[in-house]
Amino acid sequence: MSVLGRRLMFLGPLGLLGIGGVGAFTLLKRMAEGDFDPRGVPSVLIDKPVPAFTLSAQPGQEGFGAGDLGAPGRPVLVNFFASWCLPCVAEAAQLLALQQRGVALWGIAYKDRDADTARFLKQHGNPFARIGQDMDGKAALEFGVYGVPETYLVDKTGVVRWRWVGALTDALVARALDPLLKQYS
Amino acid sequence: MIPELGHFALALAVALAGAQGVLGLLGASRGDARWMASGSALAVGQFIAVLLAFAALVWSAVIDDFSVQNVAEHSHSLKPMLYKISGAWGNHEGSILLWCLMLAGCGAAVAGFGRGLPSVLRARVIGVLGINSIGFLLFTLLTSNPLLRLWPPPVDGRDMNPLLQDPGLAFHPPLLYAGYVGFAVPFAFAVAALIEGRVDAAWGRWVRPWALGSWSLLTGGIALGSWWAYYELGWGGYWFWDPVENASLLPWLTGTALLHSAIVVEKREALKTWTVLLAITTFSLSLTGTFLVRSGILNSVHSFASDPTRGVFILGLLVVVIGFSLALFAWRAPSLGATGLFAPVSREGALVLNNIFICSIAAVVFTGTLYPLFAEMAFGAKLSVGAPFFNATVLPLAAPVLLAMVVGQVLPWKRAMLGPALLRLWWAALLAAGVGVALALGLRVVLPALGFAGAVWLIFGSCAEIVERVRLFRVPFAVSRARMAGLGLSVWAAAVAHAGMGVTAAGISGMALASEKIAAVAPGENISLAGYDWKLEGLRTGGGSNFNQRIADISVWRNGALVTRLAPARRNFTTQRMETTETSIHTTGFADLYSVLGEERDGKAILRLHYNPLAPWIWIGALIMSLGGFLSLADRRLRVGAPARRAANAVAAE
Repeated sequence: MSVLGRRLMFLGPLGLLGIGGVGAFTLLKRMAEGDFDPRGVPSVLIDKPVPAFTLSAQPGQEGFGAGDLGAPGRPVLVNFFASWCLPCVAEAAQLLALQQRGVALWGIAYKDRDADTARFLKQHGNPFARIGQDMDGKAALEFGVYGVPETYLVDKTGVVRWRWVGALTDALVARALDPLLKQYS
Repeated sequence: MIPELGHFALALAVALAGAQGVLGLLGASRGDARWMASGSALAVGQFIAVLLAFAALVWSAVIDDFSVQNVAEHSHSLKPMLYKISGAWGNHEGSILLWCLMLAGCGAAVAGFGRGLPSVLRARVIGVLGINSIGFLLFTLLTSNPLLRLWPPPVDGRDMNPLLQDPGLAFHPPLLYAGYVGFAVPFAFAVAALIEGRVDAAWGRWVRPWALGSWSLLTGGIALGSWWAYYELGWGGYWFWDPVENASLLPWLTGTALLHSAIVVEKREALKTWTVLLAITTFSLSLTGTFLVRSGILNSVHSFASDPTRGVFILGLLVVVIGFSLALFAWRAPSLGATGLFAPVSREGALVLNNIFICSIAAVVFTGTLYPLFAEMAFGAKLSVGAPFFNATVLPLAAPVLLAMVVGQVLPWKRAMLGPALLRLWWAALLAAGVGVALALGLRVVLPALGFAGAVWLIFGSCAEIVERVRLFRVPFAVSRARMAGLGLSVWAAAVAHAGMGVTAAGISGMALASEKIAAVAPGENISLAGYDWKLEGLRTGGGSNFNQRIADISVWRNGALVTRLAPARRNFTTQRMETTETSIHTTGFADLYSVLGEERDGKAILRLHYNPLAPWIWIGALIMSLGGFLSLADRRLRVGAPARRAANAVAAE
């Protein structure tokens, strides 16, 4: 090997570091801008019809099943929540804002007791048009829910179009949800 | 007042670290003895300052000072004392402070134990450590200060993640960090050697104890973490190839390679550039691991709060530290010529082979861990690389390492014949083959049988070197015993550490034979699993200082005789509103009876029962490996400065 070739070889590790550094920096920047989310694992349900499920209604509210989604003729946001989940409290204001803008929100109370759910809704407001109870978590299993809160956008034909794990934020609604709502309305 | 003192001490530490770095490095290049000496004193001073800051944090947690933001966010007045203390490092800010403490401790240790080192080398090592400290202390102060106040203070704290309220996890981070950060010393030695432009046998001898100590601690830390995942997460597994776990495995792998190549530098003055590169790589991987975990750039089950701004700071720090050292490497390393030559078949050859395979494993794990990031960058696809990838790639690479590490031990240095060396191992090979064939035929399983054969080969093969040296059964036993006493500790250490690897291999193979059953059981009902009858006696409610729990009482019977009583529980932590499962495990030493309590419905409880053959061996083996490392460290010939001291004694005796 020539002297120059040998020199270049020793520069290899530094080059690797440079490439890695630039790549990692780009990703971090995209993360800060909200363009890249390591937790945004795509759902296998995207662009597929909602899975079959039936739910009993939260007392005093209208319940729903898989067949009801797609019936109202407009997209519905299905939100899994629970009274014992702290991020859901943080998310409550966001959901109320969405409801006031006329977005249809249907809630699924995940592994929660009637009374607790009722107390939660009284305390933090009820943004939901319909609420089903998923006491044993079967519906959540069908959807492949990671944890609460988790939100699915179901279009007017009953097809799942979008999924978000974790609480909805202003930035997220503006960036991801609004265009989709417009597209599928 | 106390947190402010800690805050001040932290700021002081930055100044001291700066002086330590500048005076150490400049003093060495100017040959100024006073500057060089002050570097050591400053290193000790910096350590004391960081220790004060850390003590202030622990103190605030112990007295429940919720006006300190970090304590308010992660502690609670009802939390048991042990977790109030361990909670100080159970969160991002506190753990970074612990990291700084360890790094400062490394500098102080080199100042204290490195008296036998040439003063120029020592000043440079301390200087490089000081420069590293500046970066991490600034990171703590600017982005992750645990000593900031909160106003108005809350009435009570938010409590710690209940999963972390566990004795195993109280001690896991300090051990792991000691290992991670300890590799900063070999790194500093490597950079110092590159600045000096000289790597010789003495350098290898000085680096090795630091690498050994860090490696042993890291081994213990990883084992403790894996054990915690096994009994606390309640999934029945011990290693999930999670990015956080991989981040700790990577420096362990290259650190293992470093240990072995440093031996070659010490004994034969060969593999110098490679060893220097390994020392830099190992610490770089420690830093990279920190970056991956703290920036939240990878999706992991146990991640800290992710924060891109912190990520950018660590990334900058990482690129500066690694980039500078690699640039130095590119500039200086080509002139570090090898002097010792060796034939492919020799002890050195075997160590090179071991290095190649271990580094290949590290490269594969690194690729698998970072692949999701690469995929995101290159094709904008989100995906994760799971256990199947790692199992399929790591196992075939690990097999030759297991085979070769026994052979390497019996090969002489410089030039060897493979035939005679293998002849010495005939009985270990026979035993291994026997066990493998018997298991393959008896249990009708191939991979675990191969694993067990490998384990037997490792455990007995590792003894072969000692058996050979003491000429066991060939000379009277008394002679053998005398020879045994005369063997250097490092010979024992190598045998012990390698045998420990064998024990771990046996445990991992055993876990491949594990069986499990999930069933809804009413009190009084029986389930049979793996030849045991598991009977649910009843369910009851209990409580602790900061949780309520449901407990299942299970009795396990074998052939009508009571084996043990298990009491798995589900805990509900009131403040954090989080549920954890407490597994209940009975170990016979050869198998674990493992039980988890799930949900309850209609008077029935869901029980998940596992029978895990040889599971404890995984961690016992790691403990033995770690012990082997410490044994080697205890060998007088290895101790830093020992040669100098011995020379001084010899002069005095004359």
